[in-house]
Amino acid sequence: MKVLMFGWEFPPKIYGGLAVASYGITKGMVDGQPDAEVTFCLPKPTGQEEKFLRIIGMNQVPIVYRDHDYDYVKNRLPDYMTPEEYYNFRNHIYADFSYMNVNDMGCMEFAGGYPGNLHDEINNFSIIAGVIARSEQFDIIHAHDWLTYPAGVHAKMVSGKPLCIHVHATDFDRSRGKVNPTVYSIEKNGMDHADCIMCVSELTRQTVIREYHQDPRKCFAIHNAVYPLPKDYLDIPRVDHGKEKVVTFLGRITMQKGPEYFIEAADLVCQRSKNIRFCFAGSGDKYWEMVDLAAAKGIADRCHFPGFQRGKEVYECYKASDVFVMPSVSEPFGIAPLEAMQCGTPCIISKQSGCGEILDKVIKVDYWDINAMADAIYSLCTNEGLHQYLAEEGLKEVDKITWVNVSLRIRRLYDECIWGKAFCDRSWEEVEAIRRDIDPMKGR
Amino acid sequence: MKKICLYFEIHQIIHLKRYRFFDIGRDHYYYDDYENERSINDIAERSYVPALQTLIQMCKDYPEFRVAFSLSGCGLEQLEFHAPQVLDLLQELNATGQVEFLCEPYSHGLASLANEESFAAEVKHMSDTIYEKFGKRPTIFRNSSLIYNDDIGAQVAAMGFKGMITEGAKQVLGWKSPHYIYSCAADPRLKLLLRDIKLSEDITERFSRQDWSEFPLFADKWLDWIASTPEGEDIINIFGELVTFGILQPLSSNILDFLKAIPALAKERGIGFALPSEICEQESVGTLDVPYSISWVDEERDTSCWLGNVMQREAFNKLYSIADRVRVCGDRRIQIDWDSLQASNNFRFMTTKPGYQYRGIYDSPYDAFTNYMNILGDFIARVNNLYGGADNEEIDGLITLIKNQGDELEAKDKEIERLRKKLEKYNPTEFEEESSEEAEPKKVAKKPGRKPKAKKE
Repeated sequence: MKVLMFGWEFPPKIYGGLAVASYGITKGMVDGQPDAEVTFCLPKPTGQEEKFLRIIGMNQVPIVYRDHDYDYVKNRLPDYMTPEEYYNFRNHIYADFSYMNVNDMGCMEFAGGYPGNLHDEINNFSIIAGVIARSEQFDIIHAHDWLTYPAGVHAKMVSGKPLCIHVHATDFDRSRGKVNPTVYSIEKNGMDHADCIMCVSELTRQTVIREYHQDPRKCFAIHNAVYPLPKDYLDIPRVDHGKEKVVTFLGRITMQKGPEYFIEAADLVCQRSKNIRFCFAGSGDKYWEMVDLAAAKGIADRCHFPGFQRGKEVYECYKASDVFVMPSVSEPFGIAPLEAMQCGTPCIISKQSGCGEILDKVIKVDYWDINAMADAIYSLCTNEGLHQYLAEEGLKEVDKITWVNVSLRIRRLYDECIWGKAFCDRSWEEVEAIRRDIDPMKGR
Repeated sequence: MKKICLYFEIHQIIHLKRYRFFDIGRDHYYYDDYENERSINDIAERSYVPALQTLIQMCKDYPEFRVAFSLSGCGLEQLEFHAPQVLDLLQELNATGQVEFLCEPYSHGLASLANEESFAAEVKHMSDTIYEKFGKRPTIFRNSSLIYNDDIGAQVAAMGFKGMITEGAKQVLGWKSPHYIYSCAADPRLKLLLRDIKLSEDITERFSRQDWSEFPLFADKWLDWIASTPEGEDIINIFGELVTFGILQPLSSNILDFLKAIPALAKERGIGFALPSEICEQESVGTLDVPYSISWVDEERDTSCWLGNVMQREAFNKLYSIADRVRVCGDRRIQIDWDSLQASNNFRFMTTKPGYQYRGIYDSPYDAFTNYMNILGDFIARVNNLYGGADNEEIDGLITLIKNQGDELEAKDKEIERLRKKLEKYNPTEFEEESSEEAEPKKVAKKPGRKPKAKKE
């Protein structure tokens, strides 16, 4: 089974949840299925990626013929790519792109990440995908998130292989319904061409069906998972603040994540208790607005804004917290609570979060119900029993959610796509049976 | 002759309302009146009224028919407030003389596992209430959800009950049959009647289940099973909740017709009926050791659905940490709230065992726990306020003192009684005159026992 994947992020360069999920899916697939070979196309690899899968840097794939000798090419390419591969790609250039801005190797440069000319980069990415699809052998195409959908569609057109797209988020989640029409059209086009749509939660699946008008039969919920913590993270000691308790919000401080509801709940809690502090870790467009709001409520002395946390700091933050809150207004999945649970921190999440579908040992409240949120925070801070239960049982629960299992579910869908009829031509019962089969709550 | 002993529980909790932590100290009313009225009316209409009417008719038609009930105090209060017609039906049933009312803890709580004195006080309260309502003092006891162990048995025996009904749990019965009378290992004076799990749950759990291999169940088939029990196994204890008829098993399943058919068909097979107190007249076949608590709930038949997780245990421990203070405080409002907070259902809502669905107004065990702990926080503060900020040790010391003095007085009363009997032996003639005089000082002697209590209030 050879999988051609298109992705935008991959560790060690992490911009957001997408990198973590891309890593988990591919790693789980390679670990759990010996016959799986994954080729992962990235706009601009760092060269530091783990070597369990084959990485293709899109900025190393020629789209304009340049005649260089072997040694020159070898010298110019990074060590994860051989001149033979370069020549193979060069032999499959399918049109004249010499009008485009290419370098001496005939390749296009990528800024990587999310630069201002993102739409150009997406377009370039899909042009190069045409070359790759012509030169590589693979059984299925898997495209992660809307940035790579055009590339996936292009590869499908060229090769005729089935296309799976993975919806990590939709523009409806990011914008609360006020979508960017360009983004929406790219998303919709990708979904229309896909043979199978994997959504990170049932919540996202419903958005895809409702807002993007997709056939429910080809949409499946494939929930994310977490990798076990490495030892140096596990060894971070949990911090005991004595009489004080720390309640943490961690994530981008932006409308989608619902930070103002957290402040409102914090205000209610502060009216009643003097030993609970609130930590706002993260940055974002609402950062200063939240600082102002906290000040206006008169709780600025109990609210702390340590800014963006990276790498190990994130886990230090979880371990120093007594309660983790994720009040997201709309969260396709939301991996943060799973990470907090791995650190033994009880979580309160909004019912509008996709991860709630596979978690039992968390407190779920509506994001707008600040009374319930405040009540849950207060209860976790004052009642030892609840805290202990959720910390211990939460850890057990999250340990059972593994990427290897997720990749088995993805594999099932691959097989159905490759060997079976198109999902849209099957009966509802048949598709429902597959859905039940890959339900992560099965047997729990 | 084989005898069926039918017993039904009538209990509904007083639902607690949504109570946020910012209400603590500001709002001392804990109940969801709307939910209470709605749920009890719904249950009365769909279940209690039709079921009791059927039972009344059966008592009239078949003079040999017998059935026993127990009421919880909370359930009784709910019925009095919202559905008094159910109590009228119970009175009508009582008038037939073919029924018996058992005693249970007033609150339907778990005091038997936590605090002996509170448990005893509740039982006495319920016994008085039954006497007041139905004119007869109960002689048979049933604990909340049939919770039983040797210690509880000993205490119930000491309170003067002849018998107690409990679960025929496999883990205590082993190879033994529930169709005999046993007695408590810690005090053999107390007879034990054990529920026949299979035959009871054929009705209460499986009656309308279409995936059950015996579906549909008819009265003759069910009675054939009873008739085919081995010779000598004469007592078939069928215990359940009265809501079996109408709620657990919908009326549309014709469960009332099943019930109505039982007496006539039983007669054909030579099977009779008996009340628990009638059965307890007989001798027991042996004692039953129950070192760990059993109950009639879940597959485990233990207390894990109320005290299975740390949240439940924390709530339980916190609640009973003030049991002594509530008991001696004498404040009626506090004691009424105490009863409704104790109801075991409050703990059951917090269970995290898989498969449990019904959670009242709560949507998760954590929600149930948080709400309960908020209310408990307010309640505990109210109780402590009664004691004017005295610290815990001081209060506990005084409570122990009161208890010790009470025990002392009791011992002295017994001593007086013993001496009086002796005196009676030696001077049977003089005793007649003295008895009236002696009764007086006895009353006086009791008074100092109450005084320290009054001081605390």
